[in-house]
Amino acid sequence: MTMRSLPRVLAAALAVAVVVAILSIKLNTFQDYQIAEIAVEVTAVAGLTVLTGLSGQISLGNGAFMAIGAYTTALVLLHLGWPFIAVLVVAAAVTAVAGAIVGVAAARLHGPYLAGATLMLGVALPSLAYAYPGVFGGDQGLNVVFTTPAFLGVNFPPTRWQAWVSSAVALVTLVLLANLSRSRVGRNWRAVRDDEVAAALAGVNVARARIRAFVVSATCAGMAGALLAIVTGLVAPGAFTITLSIALLTAAVIGGLGTLPGAVWGSLVIVLVPTYATDVATSHGLSTAVASNIPVAAYGVVLILVMLIFPQGIQGGLRWLLGLLGISSARTWHPASLPGARSPAGDAPASQHEALLTRGGDPPEPHKKEGTQ
Amino acid sequence: MKRSQRLRMPAIAVGAAAALAVAACSTSGSTPGSGGSASAALTASAPGITATTITVGSHQPLTGPAAPGYSEIAPASAAYFAYVNAHGGVYGRKIAYKYLDDAYNPSTTASVVRQLVLQDNVYALFNGLGTPTHLAAVSFLNTQKVPDVFVASGCDCWDQPSTYPDTFGYQLDYIREGKILGQYVAKHFAGKKIAYFYQDDEFGMDGVKGLDYEIPHSMVVSRQTYVPTNVNIGPQVAALRASGAQEVVAFTIPAFTALLKLYGLKVGYSPTLVVSNVGADPITLSGLLETYAKQGGATVNGNQLTAGIITDGYLPTLGAASNSWITLFKKVHDQYDAKAPFDGNVLYGEAVAYAFVQAMLKAGRNPTRADLVSAINSGLPQGPLVAPYAYATTNHAGATGAYIGVIKNGVIAEEGPVLTTDASASGSVTTSTGTLQQAPSSGVPAP
Repeated sequence: MTMRSLPRVLAAALAVAVVVAILSIKLNTFQDYQIAEIAVEVTAVAGLTVLTGLSGQISLGNGAFMAIGAYTTALVLLHLGWPFIAVLVVAAAVTAVAGAIVGVAAARLHGPYLAGATLMLGVALPSLAYAYPGVFGGDQGLNVVFTTPAFLGVNFPPTRWQAWVSSAVALVTLVLLANLSRSRVGRNWRAVRDDEVAAALAGVNVARARIRAFVVSATCAGMAGALLAIVTGLVAPGAFTITLSIALLTAAVIGGLGTLPGAVWGSLVIVLVPTYATDVATSHGLSTAVASNIPVAAYGVVLILVMLIFPQGIQGGLRWLLGLLGISSARTWHPASLPGARSPAGDAPASQHEALLTRGGDPPEPHKKEGTQ
Repeated sequence: MKRSQRLRMPAIAVGAAAALAVAACSTSGSTPGSGGSASAALTASAPGITATTITVGSHQPLTGPAAPGYSEIAPASAAYFAYVNAHGGVYGRKIAYKYLDDAYNPSTTASVVRQLVLQDNVYALFNGLGTPTHLAAVSFLNTQKVPDVFVASGCDCWDQPSTYPDTFGYQLDYIREGKILGQYVAKHFAGKKIAYFYQDDEFGMDGVKGLDYEIPHSMVVSRQTYVPTNVNIGPQVAALRASGAQEVVAFTIPAFTALLKLYGLKVGYSPTLVVSNVGADPITLSGLLETYAKQGGATVNGNQLTAGIITDGYLPTLGAASNSWITLFKKVHDQYDAKAPFDGNVLYGEAVAYAFVQAMLKAGRNPTRADLVSAINSGLPQGPLVAPYAYATTNHAGATGAYIGVIKNGVIAEEGPVLTTDASASGSVTTSTGTLQQAPSSGVPAP
């Protein structure tokens, strides 16, 4: 009942599209580039937030899936010269297959073991570029040429076109994910996340649901990688270090794990806070040693503040604020929805977990329920 | 169940949300343009050039794994620019140097370089640091026709005038350096067993390519690599020891030169080390050796351990106190950048800034971006370097030669003449016939 219906999701997406289009024309070309960066981040984080927030699986390897998508894009553009829409489909398909393979292993692993396995993927896979420099260009990577279509005229800023393409892909991804999580697939994910045994007894194929979540998440990361390739113009292993995978997870958690709007907030923080902090730091005449560390410090402070004040991420906090002001459709945010104070399963409103996607929430750990009873 | 007390924090929460909103607004609002208006004599002849200023930008690793040592370079360049600004500037214009941190992450490099070009309107990108990082910027800069001068990396990839007409290297590239070190090794250690230890990327592989041009393959008994993210090089050192190599040629960054030395000491293996210039700054090395040994519970004398390391240099050695360039750069350092140690990184930062001022003066009074590129294309005076630049329309490589040096008492002592070569397999390594230049007494290059 608290689910967002498809028309509402579409209307919201359309509104965001209009806002992005207006912003991209009003802002300068560097800010267009930032819009594109945010859209890339949103595409990847949305997939991860669904995996971790809805199906309860952690991944520290989504940066590697982005690398697969990016290298696929670079290779197809380089050797076949296909139009970008076709390249995007190929990149998504290739990462989907990779996601399925990893997903089969992931379906058998839980908690730290899954984190460890995906971490290994995140560290090891980009190194293949060094092992096969002939194909992947080694350290130097592969150049990606992405031209602005002729009908826009020669003076149309390339970064604006990149912002449009990236935002379009990000929005379509968000709409599809919102739809998917409302469907039977999404309900199965939540069932598996909350209690695997109960889900299996209810007829849910647990392994299939988990693998499916991995495929969806990897596909999103692959598309994000494809976008990153055309936005930065270079695909090189240095861009896909483990830092990237961790940044994606950070964005998902800051924004609000399991919520699609949260993926947007998290991406905004990850992209904009360091740039803004750098501008502030360099414009105040601080010494280099101090100024250069301010963005890192600001990032850390934002992370700590969000976790302390909004344990459910920015989206959870926004919901609560709106509820406080009586603006939202009377969805109250009460202590019971804080992670540490989660109500016993029996007492929780039936809609609480169903509504995670739009309301904000974190994945309960199924085996802790007995303790809180 | 104590979490309910968090609900007392709404005020903080609102505050934080407001702060975030302000942050978001400010980011999307400001557009500091530096186009400026024309004046009588000096005009705003190009983006980033006004009647009074020249704005140049750079990406530098001010934080992150590459920051130790390398983060000193940009402030040293800024110090030299400050000196020039205080002594008349470039045709009266002051140089404003804006360098942004990319934490040695290519994705961040791509972003900050776009910020510098699209938002801050820099005239040129100067001394962008790092091979993997700068590769993420080079096509963009060339598409935008922004001069991309004096890249701080010895990759020979910057020397591609037909693909990247606006990009110029600066330092001795790793292939040339490998050839110069290789020739020395082949000549002085004939009949000995040689091993290579190098970073498993473009830097190490280019260096080894140069070494292999000069050192007969039969002399090389072991080739070990490392990745900068894994500091456990015990297995590699064991393999080097087992090979019985009496000399190890290392294309390493400073941290791994120090580790190579220390791991060797641990197993009683002390071969003669021949180390690339980038990994052999005595002051940096000595500090690292002492720090790492301390972490391992031992006390060592850094200068004792670095003694005898063979390396090369394309700038005058810091030990040559009477050298006019060292005197000049020491003076500038003491006046504008005194907090940093006067080491190889600072010398490098000042020397490359000197080259930029030379190029700007040559580009003319009211230069366009293309004027700077063609000024460098027609060659630059050698300046502080020990061998000439290669700059020409068809050649965008920088320094062409270096001397061999041996570390003694924490400074590099020159050993033998300056050697020059090219980056090809067939080009021989020859003794330089050119003469060294003296620093101008004003400290600023002549127009």
